[in-house]
Amino acid sequence: MLESFDQSEELQMFREAVRKMSEKEFAPIAAQIDDEDAMPDKVMPLLRDMGLVQLQVSEAYEGPGGTLLMNCIAKEEVARHSFAVSHLVGACDFAMVLPLRAFGTEEQRRHFLPQVATGNITAAIGLTEPGTGSDVSGIKTTARRDGDHWVINGQKTFITKGDTAKFINVIARTSEGTRGGGLSSFLVEQRTPGLTIGGAVRKMGLRGIKSVDLFFDDLRVPAENMIGAEGQGFKNTMHCLNYNRPTVAASALGLAQGALDAAVAYANEREQFGQKVIQFQAIGHKLAEMRIQIEAARALLYRVCALADSGATNGLAEMASCAKAFASNTAMQVTTEAVQVFGGAGYLCDNPVERMMRDAKVTQIYEGTTEIQKLIIARSMVA
Amino acid sequence: MKVLVPVKRVIDYNVKVRVKSDGSGVDLANVKMSMNPFDEIAVEEAIRLKEAGTADEVIAVSIGVKQAQETLRTALAMGADRAILVVAADDVHQDIEPLAVAKILAKVVEEEGAGLVLAGKQAIDNDMNATGQMLSALLGWSQATFASDLKIEGEHAVVTREVDGGLQTIKVKMPAIVTVDLRLNEPRYASLPNIMKAKKKPLDEKTAADYGIDVSPRLEVVKTSEPETRQAGEIVPDVDTLVAKLKEKGII
Repeated sequence: MLESFDQSEELQMFREAVRKMSEKEFAPIAAQIDDEDAMPDKVMPLLRDMGLVQLQVSEAYEGPGGTLLMNCIAKEEVARHSFAVSHLVGACDFAMVLPLRAFGTEEQRRHFLPQVATGNITAAIGLTEPGTGSDVSGIKTTARRDGDHWVINGQKTFITKGDTAKFINVIARTSEGTRGGGLSSFLVEQRTPGLTIGGAVRKMGLRGIKSVDLFFDDLRVPAENMIGAEGQGFKNTMHCLNYNRPTVAASALGLAQGALDAAVAYANEREQFGQKVIQFQAIGHKLAEMRIQIEAARALLYRVCALADSGATNGLAEMASCAKAFASNTAMQVTTEAVQVFGGAGYLCDNPVERMMRDAKVTQIYEGTTEIQKLIIARSMVA
Repeated sequence: MKVLVPVKRVIDYNVKVRVKSDGSGVDLANVKMSMNPFDEIAVEEAIRLKEAGTADEVIAVSIGVKQAQETLRTALAMGADRAILVVAADDVHQDIEPLAVAKILAKVVEEEGAGLVLAGKQAIDNDMNATGQMLSALLGWSQATFASDLKIEGEHAVVTREVDGGLQTIKVKMPAIVTVDLRLNEPRYASLPNIMKAKKKPLDEKTAADYGIDVSPRLEVVKTSEPETRQAGEIVPDVDTLVAKLKEKGII
């Protein structure tokens, strides 16, 4: 694979270090993670030592001070071999690092971010409920003020990493409001009395990263754990999505690249009718089309990262949606085609492309479905 | 003890090398370059010596074009404390020959008061396998080449060398030049925190002239050519056919 023309040697060094680690450490266990739907204990320390769990925590809070682009490079390289493991890169970004950076008080940052900077913890975002999904206006989980605490009651569902997360960013209703109004964000610590973690759902892909139900029963959270202003929880979460969606695109991109790598290797090896199958135009063109999609997705993603890392906010939301929608569609198409290139062998459960195809589907669904991304992009163009 | 580690910027080992059309050398324009893999092993060993408390400071040195500072940043990101770049060429195609490199390194060693030089046994571009040995001669230091194990014991270095047919363990008096082989260690991944820290570590820039060393080439490259392409093999159905074929070709 050609490296991006505009990347410094520092970024190349970083990419290469992550690539080597991913090849050596994660490629051999990716199938096992999927098969057993469990993440081996050795994974987090490996990512922590490389500075990837805590990647975007700035140096002021004892983190390595990586950029969104670096986060995306790391996720891409890890997802090439294990899509599940890539979810532990920047594992606290969406729930903690991004909201604290944008809306937290200095005191909150100083309390929470050094904990993230250890690289030993993960965090989860508690947004989805049984009755909500793309439409958050139906959020029924409530938080009621009681002295210097808030009391949370309700239920969340499909909470990714909710089983192991040290902190859960719970979006709860603090007042009546239309659409996203009246919602606030709270950082709830694991093992707080009143929090019950339900069983994990069985998923088609993304196995090894658990999604669980969370139940809140008169859970008391200190008032200082509210992130951002009261009633601004939804708006703030939407803001953070602009910086998190590119990383979802990065995982999708890595998945696609991994599937292409496997398909190319196989097509150069497999012989039919007396020649390597890559020599058949039908297969060669298929691989070329996959490559085109991946290169375009990567260029778009890096463009969004450059925009976000420059501090620009104008147009960022729709650009992040463009990258997320395009990269996830690319992942779905490329992994499906990779299975086709493998033929019968690709349909077997021992083949990595079979896993990649299952993994790819979720990228079109979570963090805003492709349809929601298009809605965001379309709305940005309404005069 | 200060440990000096010379690192060379070479064509990346994954790149398919192409010979320039005039045969004067290998085409290096817009080609991915990285640290000579043997030098990476030397850097790793130096950092381990520091972590073990045997070394106080690890200094990486590169002699070549200005772009070699990127190679030095890699060494710093792995854990070297500081770096010295000696600019000795403008054109990436100009290779600085081992004797000139050794002469400059000898000056740097003296200037820094280093007690150990850990170098790659050879660079993967020209495969000269000469710089370490020349440096040892120039300094009058002990040398131990092709190291696959290294222990510093007081005034001595105990080095296991990979030699034809087996391993040889020797004990040399310090200060010493040790050139490292492939199996000495497995270099660490440059972690993000260390990559970020490397940006702030000192990197001094000098020129060959600062050391009064003439780097003009003494060797002349007569011709560079691509290796002959391998002929396609043949799969034989059984041993009898194999033996018959070998006889036919006069091999047995």
